[in-house]
Amino acid sequence: MTQIHSDTSQKEAQSKVKLSARNIFVDYGAEHVLKDVSIDIPEKTVTALIGPSGCGKSTFLRLFNRMNDHLEGFQRKGEILIDGEDIYHDQKHLEELRETVGMVFQKPNPFPKSIYENVAYGLRIRGVKDKKRLDQVVEESLIKAALFDEVKDHLKKNALSLSGGQQQRLCLARSLAVDPSILLMDEPASALDPISTAKIEELVEELKKKHTILIVTHNLQQARRVSDQTAFLYFGELVEYGNTEQVFTQPKEEQTAHYIGGRFG
Amino acid sequence: MKQKTRLAEHVIKMILFLCALVTVLTTAGIIWVLFSESISFFQTVSLKEFLTDTEWTPLFTQKHFGILPLVSGTLLTTFIAILVALPVGLTIAIYLNEYASKRFRKVIKPVLEILAAVPTVVYGFFALVVMTPFLQKIIPDLPGFNALSPGIIMGIMIIPFVSSLSEDALFAVPQSLRDASYGMGATRLQTVFRVLLPAASSGIVSAVILAVSRAIGETMIVAIAAGQQPNLTFNPLESVETITTYIVQVSLGDVPHGSIEYQTIFAAGAMLFVLTLILNNISFQFNRRYRQKYE
Ligand SMILES: Nc1ncnc2c1ncn2[C@@H]1O[C@H](COP(=O)(O)OP(=O)(O)OP(=O)(O)O)[C@@H](O)[C@H]1O
Ligand SMILES: [Mg+2]
Repeated sequence: MTQIHSDTSQKEAQSKVKLSARNIFVDYGAEHVLKDVSIDIPEKTVTALIGPSGCGKSTFLRLFNRMNDHLEGFQRKGEILIDGEDIYHDQKHLEELRETVGMVFQKPNPFPKSIYENVAYGLRIRGVKDKKRLDQVVEESLIKAALFDEVKDHLKKNALSLSGGQQQRLCLARSLAVDPSILLMDEPASALDPISTAKIEELVEELKKKHTILIVTHNLQQARRVSDQTAFLYFGELVEYGNTEQVFTQPKEEQTAHYIGGRFG
Repeated sequence: MKQKTRLAEHVIKMILFLCALVTVLTTAGIIWVLFSESISFFQTVSLKEFLTDTEWTPLFTQKHFGILPLVSGTLLTTFIAILVALPVGLTIAIYLNEYASKRFRKVIKPVLEILAAVPTVVYGFFALVVMTPFLQKIIPDLPGFNALSPGIIMGIMIIPFVSSLSEDALFAVPQSLRDASYGMGATRLQTVFRVLLPAASSGIVSAVILAVSRAIGETMIVAIAAGQQPNLTFNPLESVETITTYIVQVSLGDVPHGSIEYQTIFAAGAMLFVLTLILNNISFQFNRRYRQKYE
């Protein structure tokens, strides 16, 4: 595996804020899941969300594409801004929001359709029928997800016949097909073997040239390898957030040091 | 101690085996009677006549033994029933699974199952004295016995077959596929039609085939409200007779044991059996070919 060290300090200083959370509180029924979380995420960077199981990482991630909204008992206070716009307040249409914010899930979840139809899904539901355009977008997206060479001769094959790693890259291609500027990844490699994991990490590195990426991971080495910033969540609170190198080598908070030390050092 | 458990184990195994044996033997027995009596029938009547003659008049002096009018009556009423049950049942399944609240689902599911528990003779009576007069207001020429009215009522009866099994199939579609679809910005309706229904299609087809088998075998409703005249037609406004109705009609009469009239029951029964067998086979093939496997 290649060790990719991020070198972002000068880039970070000049890039603009893409995503913000302002005083976010989330409850599920009586359970407080996120407590006063505020964060600014610069454009075209990778931000890793780390923290023990159940600390609210997934919940936090899913705030950005409003995937929590329909969950039972879900309540939110505070603002989520994308390019300065509050996505909850503005009643921005979900379809539009999720075109801007793509998501890759923990377990690969391709549709039981052909490889082609999986990638074309985002365009199809938006009414695109033009075969040429679909062909082109499918090809481009598969190339971006580094899957094209492996599947180009059998795009009509059922996506479920692919390996787990291939399926996850297919899901990535499916998200990329509508050209989101933001990508949310919830433990995208936790169900994959080391080689597939390395591929996903390489892709993240490549994709941040064009996309702002939030990635949840339990793998601290992975967080360190791929991210520019790291946010450490602990029991619903944002304990520490900063440059990845700094968080890993000189954490400011004792809890961070403890978590990283226990899992990492 | 050890020996005792082993003995108990043996006994239980034997009992289970015997239970299985009873069902297998019953089925085998039915098939045996059906086909052995049919064989005597086909010694008198050629298979060609049975399958191609367009009249079925074994009880008249001018005897014809063409099964087609009974088959058409059966298929016609069944077809009408499915035309009612499929859209309604599927809509209910989709609604309950994707739209309704948990509480509503809890209340409505048992209510639906009641539809299948109503004695069919009640349905038949309802078709004859409520549905047919109602339809006659819309279609004045409709005869008192017709295929349409019992077809519709039969459709209502089999709604729970379609809805309940389709619902199971939809429920079995993993949440992760819904997440994927919503995550791409799809609406609920798009998710239902583009992801959930295709993913659940093999289960839905099984549901429909089960409902069709039920409708084909249904006796009381059609016997009461469809008429008892074999009629080779696909016009729902005419009176028809189904295979099952014929069997009841002759069984209740006093045809002499061993006569050709008596044997027609078994020939008709065999035909019914073959129809159901074909359906089961289609269902099986479809499942094998299209089943999606989820972990
Ligand atoms: N749909 C829900 N309804 C009620 N409570 C929920 C729901 N989803 C999550 N929770 C609760 O919210 C808390 C945070 O969950 P979340 O999934 O965000 O944690 P996480 O950090 O992603 O954990 P993991 O690392 O195990 O994925 C947990 O205590 C969980 O029990
Ligand atoms: Mg999680």
